[in-house]
Amino acid sequence: MSTVSHTFSDSATMLRRNLLHMVRYPSMTLLLFGMPIIFLLLFVYVFGGTLGAGLGGASGGRAEYLRYVIPGILMMTLAAVSQGTAVSIAMDMTEGIIARFRTMAISRASVMTGHVLGSILQALIGLTLVIGIAVLLGFRPNAGLTDWLALIGVLALISLALTWLTVAMGMASKTVESASNVPMPLTLLPFLGSGFVPTDSMPAGLRWFAEYQPFTPFIETIRGLLVGTPIGSSGWQTVAWSLGIALLGYVWARRLYDRDPSR
Amino acid sequence: MTTAPTPPASRARAAGSAAPAIRAAGLRKSYGDQTVLDGIDLVVPAGTIFALLGPNGAGKTTTVQILSTLIRADDGDLRVAGHDLSREPDAVRGAIGVTGQFSAVDNLLTGEENLLLMADLRHLGRRVRRQRAAELLARFDLEDAATKPAATYSGGMRRRLDLAMTLVGNPEIIFLDEPTTGLDPRSRRSMWQIIRDLVAGGVTIFLTTQYLEEADQLADRIALLDHGKLVAEGTPAELKRLVPGGHIQLHFPTAIEYAAAARLLGDVVRDDDALTLQVPSDGGVHSLRALLDQLDNASVEVGELSVHTPDLDDVFLALTGREPATDQVKEPIR
Repeated sequence: MSTVSHTFSDSATMLRRNLLHMVRYPSMTLLLFGMPIIFLLLFVYVFGGTLGAGLGGASGGRAEYLRYVIPGILMMTLAAVSQGTAVSIAMDMTEGIIARFRTMAISRASVMTGHVLGSILQALIGLTLVIGIAVLLGFRPNAGLTDWLALIGVLALISLALTWLTVAMGMASKTVESASNVPMPLTLLPFLGSGFVPTDSMPAGLRWFAEYQPFTPFIETIRGLLVGTPIGSSGWQTVAWSLGIALLGYVWARRLYDRDPSR
Repeated sequence: MTTAPTPPASRARAAGSAAPAIRAAGLRKSYGDQTVLDGIDLVVPAGTIFALLGPNGAGKTTTVQILSTLIRADDGDLRVAGHDLSREPDAVRGAIGVTGQFSAVDNLLTGEENLLLMADLRHLGRRVRRQRAAELLARFDLEDAATKPAATYSGGMRRRLDLAMTLVGNPEIIFLDEPTTGLDPRSRRSMWQIIRDLVAGGVTIFLTTQYLEEADQLADRIALLDHGKLVAEGTPAELKRLVPGGHIQLHFPTAIEYAAAARLLGDVVRDDDALTLQVPSDGGVHSLRALLDQLDNASVEVGELSVHTPDLDDVFLALTGREPATDQVKEPIR
């Protein structure tokens, strides 16, 4: 009874705890943001000239590629933050304080919800930073106000999905080291989709995979909202994939949290 | 820390008048084919200190984890604070506080933030939470360290903060799993005083410990756990009657002296390899002098001598006929 009525306040308390952790331990956050920023610079300045020519756009070259690669880099940012979530929940589970939480009359999911909400906020900060740097590099989005609002909503939704999944992965990991490795594929998936090159340049088998994996509709939706390319069915596919992954992650994580801790 | 220490025996008073704070019947738990708890029965009257004594691996921590809702029992009728453990775990959680063997503080938060976190999770009001945190910081002598991260605390401070966090919600029953393991003697004594004060305030304490002295100092009743079974239960005085007196250990420089002493003293525990004898004794000055006079008169020279007072090993020896499972010190030769 009290569990139901206190779900909201307990989750808010746990969110405050996670935000304090981020403030006290900022190097982790900076490390997570560093990776996508380095990839942005690498892809624009090292590969951008050649890859941009291959896109065959009007202006071509580096500027064209910068426009193309942003959604892929944004996905990498989300993947990096989710990886951080897996690590921090795995670290949390090794601490005695989780045992204390389990013996208190608080909402069972609140520990995890706090992590998820904290990570979404962290992700939104990281995404803003990456877009800001892209603008400094010469990226000019042509999104209107509603596009921006939709973009924030879509990114938060994808972040929700990836974080619930990585919370479960972090809980399932026996050690902090494996928690940092298990979500690794999430960082690679944007490459195996339309994040860095169009899928029609890929060999048949890979192209088939690229077209049906969730990151491709994610990327196409974001690209559409940012620079106005057609979104088509990617929009509802993004919503469906996100809700599905979030639900799967939530159910999995809850089951892991409710089982007896083995010490 | 205001009340004077009270001898444990005088505190057993209210026992039996009210419903017990904790009652377990037929508590069982196993992991795979390894039985950890093999049918435990215990009753803890409200307002008393109950100590569960046993060596490492006896099942003490598992018992606490089950009674504090952390893990589920395989079988048993378990009631804590009047609530059934399996049917109303949240009602139990609302009534208890747990301070485990492993520090349960948030290292990245300050001492004060840790207490405020507990206050929020106990759903105390906005004003009450600050007041409660300040009160506990003062009571546990943590005011100076209040704004420092818990990671920087010493072992004793950390344990005090841990217990303070447990007390934020004014629990009626507190589980303390080896509360003084790893603490220096001074911190241990201050922890004992804190525990006594808590009980004076009406709280029920369920304590586990490896130290006979600790159970002796604090508990109204002691239960002895070995290999998942309770092998004895009673007041400290009752248990001590089961323990044989201590002994004096004599080490001899040569086999000749050793053999002579063994013949002279008769009924002793011999260790032929180490050339040591264990002579039963109360450890008092008179019996010690008598023993040395006896050896002197027979011109037997003793190399080294040590006085051994009864401890947990002796309790185990008396009650189970063997050394505690994890003890690797010596094999008795009888």
